[in-house]
Amino acid sequence: MPPVIPPVPGHDDEFFWAGVRDGRLLVQRCADCHELRHPPLPMCPHCRSLEWEAAELSGRGTIHSWVVSHHPSEPDAEPRVVVVVAMEEGVRLVSNLQGRAEDAAIDLPVEVVFEDFGDVVLPQFRVVAG
Amino acid sequence: MNAAIVGIGQTEFSKDSGRSELQLAAEAASAAIDDAGLTPADIDGMVTFTLDTNDELALMRALGVPEVRWMSRTPHGGALASATVQHAAAAVASGAADAVLVYRAFNERSGRRFGQPDAARRGPAWNWYLPYGLDTPAKIYALWFQRYMHTYGVTNEDLGRYVVLARKHAATNPNAWFYGRPITLEEHQRSRWIVEPIIRKLDCCQESDGGVAFVVTTRERARDLKQPPVGVVAASQSHLWGGDVMFNYYHPEVADFPEATALATQLWRTSGLTPGDVQVAMLYENFTPVVFQQLEAFGFCGRGEAKAFIAEGNIEVGGTIPVNTHGGLLGEGYIHGVNNVLEGVRQLRGTAANQVPDVDHVLVAAGRSAAILGRV
Repeated sequence: MPPVIPPVPGHDDEFFWAGVRDGRLLVQRCADCHELRHPPLPMCPHCRSLEWEAAELSGRGTIHSWVVSHHPSEPDAEPRVVVVVAMEEGVRLVSNLQGRAEDAAIDLPVEVVFEDFGDVVLPQFRVVAG
Repeated sequence: MNAAIVGIGQTEFSKDSGRSELQLAAEAASAAIDDAGLTPADIDGMVTFTLDTNDELALMRALGVPEVRWMSRTPHGGALASATVQHAAAAVASGAADAVLVYRAFNERSGRRFGQPDAARRGPAWNWYLPYGLDTPAKIYALWFQRYMHTYGVTNEDLGRYVVLARKHAATNPNAWFYGRPITLEEHQRSRWIVEPIIRKLDCCQESDGGVAFVVTTRERARDLKQPPVGVVAASQSHLWGGDVMFNYYHPEVADFPEATALATQLWRTSGLTPGDVQVAMLYENFTPVVFQQLEAFGFCGRGEAKAFIAEGNIEVGGTIPVNTHGGLLGEGYIHGVNNVLEGVRQLRGTAANQVPDVDHVLVAAGRSAAILGRV
């Protein structure tokens, strides 16, 4: 299991990490104009509302971009595949693809899983079977 | 703009300067002031990066500058390297200062290395990246470049053709760290992956120790000084909604570089120039792909055409638009892109190591900031 630098949640994103601990992938939805947004912001950029609710995503999306993350100058046992996932609801988020780099491809359908790294639970993605 | 660059100065570019960052700043600044034929008492404005560790007051004390009446700093690191020109030009054009000293100095190889993972980067903005292993600029940018390469069918070998060219230019520039050390495409392809499958070690800018500085004043005053003045024809920045410092993942289409495209539109409009009016382009390259994106954004070639444009020899000295004639940040050194401004000035003075004939205008582009310099 790779070493993970845990997030430092603050006012604007505590809901996201609480959701992850409960196995739910949450993003902000404006309470007034209902636009989704991610990464979190204290104000809706479409209508400037400060009111929002946490909306649970389906967890399904496609790989929008990917790279393999190695340590730049030291050997690392477990390189990680970093992905930008385009979620089917329209927002994008950065995460990891479980498995090997050979499995990664742009536009590949993926779905969220929640993995416990000891200090932190992170949303991760896996290729949709079939 | 009523502004001109009248003096340039620098230290050597190395991997271990053996002296403090303040000394590097002082040496570069002192050389720039001498080059202009000014004295420290003439300097009344200062500009540097927010990331520069050298406090303005410390540098004033070292140089013996008696009074400064205007200071500013540019954020976001190298993306705003050319914004230092804009800040200084705006200050002298408005009368806020008469002579502005711009400096950037660091021990980026022997001291804090930007390319190493830094767990101390913490806080809300990093929560979306650090836990997933995006802990260096190379990884962060590569995740964006992947879209460009995927969209236009660009391979790492295509990138290598730029690197060979940059190292060719550096090989004949005595100021370059890689002076006398050209490479082949095979050597590029043998260098190890830094971020697979996008960039290899030789696609990354150097890590360098060194300092650079330049002095900006009004065009009227420039006429009476020692050097042939280099006018600031236009200088601007572009920041678009949805962008981020390095994490350009959220624009609707992220294959291209939308900020660079918007910046090009601004600069061609305000200067009244076209890409054909520029004889040399300095294009910031922390990593190779951003040269491709900027060539296309500024209209030197069409979308997706950079790989062919480079392969056909257009950006070599002797080509249609020579790029990074000093060897770029890959070949000369990485002084956060401000060394590109100095090379632009040398090309306009006619004193560059790889001099292009009859240079009237030089573009110095750094992603989200750019300046057009010209003969006065």
